[in-house]
Amino acid sequence: MEFKNNIPIYLQVIDDIKHRIGSGGLKLGDKLPSTRELAVSYQINPNTAVRVYNEMESMGICFTKRGLGTFVTEDEEKFYSIKKEMAQDYVDDFVNGMSGLGIDREEMIDYINTYFKEKDMEV
Amino acid sequence: MLKCENLVKKYMNTTAVADISTNIEPGKIYALLGPNGSGKTTFMKIVAGLIKPTAGNITFEDKPVGIYSKAHIAYMPTENFFYSYMTCKDAGHYYRDFFNDFDEEKYHQLLKEMDLDLNQKISKMSSGMVAKAKLAITLARNSRIIMLDEPLNGIDIIAREKVINTVIANATQDNAIIMSSHLVDELEKVIDYAIFIRKGEVVMQGEAEELRTSRGMSIVDMYKQIYAHD
Repeated sequence: MEFKNNIPIYLQVIDDIKHRIGSGGLKLGDKLPSTRELAVSYQINPNTAVRVYNEMESMGICFTKRGLGTFVTEDEEKFYSIKKEMAQDYVDDFVNGMSGLGIDREEMIDYINTYFKEKDMEV
Repeated sequence: MLKCENLVKKYMNTTAVADISTNIEPGKIYALLGPNGSGKTTFMKIVAGLIKPTAGNITFEDKPVGIYSKAHIAYMPTENFFYSYMTCKDAGHYYRDFFNDFDEEKYHQLLKEMDLDLNQKISKMSSGMVAKAKLAITLARNSRIIMLDEPLNGIDIIAREKVINTVIANATQDNAIIMSSHLVDELEKVIDYAIFIRKGEVVMQGEAEELRTSRGMSIVDMYKQIYAHD
């Protein structure tokens, strides 16, 4: 994974894990790697890996079973809120980018509609 | 664990280390950053007890650096330090005889992880393989401080990943790992603490994440800023 320079590393790893949960790559209740495995797979500092799980736990995204490891939350509402939050981020990015080009609300919606029309034609 | 106060090392008319003060604590990975000739290796050699500082104080667990500290501090120099006749196995025996904290089983395990053959002659190895063998033998010591001088130098990107992964996997709450490098971007996300050395002096040091957030830039960008005009 490529890291951005201006955002704390633990937040970037959390985002990546949230993506994997949102996209279904990680399912509710799945066991997550140990902190050491997490550190090696993302090539990050082991203390950062510990922080990733601590923060995710306080956000309610994962929980720890003593002696068994860390697991993705089993709370479906939490899953939908993660997904919604991430969708919101994409919308923010899209709207910000388009606004930067001087494109207004109506035009943005036009762009989206045209995009899907063209997609449908391809099929 | 290791305290350094105003270390100085002078040779005839050159100053290799002008002023280095720092504390090394267990459970952390340190980066010693700076271009070639900034004093990184000299500093490591002082910590390893191989050369004596001209001035300043250095203690390991409150004792001056010497026989006691050498038993607990592992040092991997940049050079190929193996004798030419040695196989990986011979080198392991050599280390076992020298260091009480050498763990032969761990050494074999590390060699295996690095795809190295116990019976291969080190003099017949490629430079990337030698780099990995050096790392394996150094990390096989269960030392309190592990110093790696330029562990990423001269090896390809695949071997680099392996080296970094092995370092991460061998960092514990009880040891400190100090790596020097000018390949800053490779170390950026691996380290807890960065020490920038310029012309033998510490010009900046701190927790990596704190430095990044307080300055709003990456360690790589700080590096460029500090050394841009050298």
